[in-house]
Amino acid sequence: MMEPRDIELRVNGEQRRGRCEPRVTLVDFLRETLGLTGTHIGCEHGVCGACTVLLDGHSVRSCLMFAVQAEGADITTVEGLAPPGKMNDLQRAFQSHHALQCGFCTPGLLATAQALLRDTPDPTEDEVRHAISGNICRCTGYQPIIVAILDTARGRLAGRK
Amino acid sequence: MKAAPFDHVAPASLEQALALLAERRDDAKIIAGGQSLVPMLALRLASPALLIDLNRIASLSGIRVLESGELSIGATTRQRMVERSDLVARANPLLAAAMPSISHVQIRNRGSIGGSLAHADPAAELPAVCLACDATLVAQSRLGQREITAADFFRGMFETALAADEILIAIRYPAWPAGRRSAFIEVARRHGDFAICGIAATVDAGADGRVRDARIVAFGVADRPVRLESAERALAGSRFDPHGGEAALAVAINSAARAATDGLDPRSDHHASSEYRLELAEVLTRRALTHALQGRVA
Repeated sequence: MMEPRDIELRVNGEQRRGRCEPRVTLVDFLRETLGLTGTHIGCEHGVCGACTVLLDGHSVRSCLMFAVQAEGADITTVEGLAPPGKMNDLQRAFQSHHALQCGFCTPGLLATAQALLRDTPDPTEDEVRHAISGNICRCTGYQPIIVAILDTARGRLAGRK
Repeated sequence: MKAAPFDHVAPASLEQALALLAERRDDAKIIAGGQSLVPMLALRLASPALLIDLNRIASLSGIRVLESGELSIGATTRQRMVERSDLVARANPLLAAAMPSISHVQIRNRGSIGGSLAHADPAAELPAVCLACDATLVAQSRLGQREITAADFFRGMFETALAADEILIAIRYPAWPAGRRSAFIEVARRHGDFAICGIAATVDAGADGRVRDARIVAFGVADRPVRLESAERALAGSRFDPHGGEAALAVAINSAARAATDGLDPRSDHHASSEYRLELAEVLTRRALTHALQGRVA
């Protein structure tokens, strides 16, 4: 057992503090210490993508870094995509296109898609497929997920005009 | 799947990191992006007592072209930054071409270029590109700086020339000669998986329009990236200029591809048999050279 450390960081726009040992991963810190259980833990060694969050705007696997390394960082989890009880356009598209069944991979896929659409507002289907290649889904066969992301992109572009 | 307990220090300067490493060399590990190390910690394949974190040392990150024309990349520069850099695209097209094949975007957002090189996975892309480009890896200890050629740096599976008190601080890629052709290609089960076999190749022509220097590097087929010297020799001297030499060039590419497997003895594992890797080495050499020299997909 190592002496726990104080960690201060921004999560979903709020300044948060917590204490944990250096060996605690960011995803465990988010779930266990901060109570944000929206981010899921799948493989715990960087393969499945379920724990994807945004770190200073970039999609990362929160099982592949330690909470102590996130000191001062700005994190967005699935809880931060929309106000409590609400969904953003991407989440609504996942719902209407049946882009989830069991839902285990969904928080990670939403984080990945959110970053994709910010960097590439008008992605091709091929770009979407590549972008989500690091997120494993065992239910949907991916097709509805791709449709939902493309549909969200179209909606956002239309809304901007 | 939880890491064993360790202590974590994130020094603000390289000097502090080097002093700490010198003192704790037996039970400390350096962490940069952590995208290879953290899984090893989770699986308890490694259990250091101390992690020395380089992420707060700003001077170790950055991409620039030196007066010599060399491309210099700081060791903790994120792979995604290399991938999206216009400077890299112009200064080293082979490196730029290799970047999207490295795992997935979430890994490249966090993973560092130096971390992948110091980890030295035999199936990794970045070591092969270093070897194909004759890159120099710059190591620093408390005692001073040392430049190591890519050919000397990779010593075996997960094994490099770095001493226990040294930190890889930068990678320098020689200036890209005018007219150099290159190609990067790999085969993996799924995009983002480690390569079963891959080829990184550069080809330079002399003033006579003939191949002067070819460097063909295979990865995933040995305990480190390897130059396919027989294939390089088979290509040497053939006419580079496709006008009037298209058929001759195709013959040269074919003989290079057939020579690609000379001296290779890849391992069989659950991803692929040794025979399949040999087949890939030949086919991918042909495709890489065709792409580099004839500008089309084989």
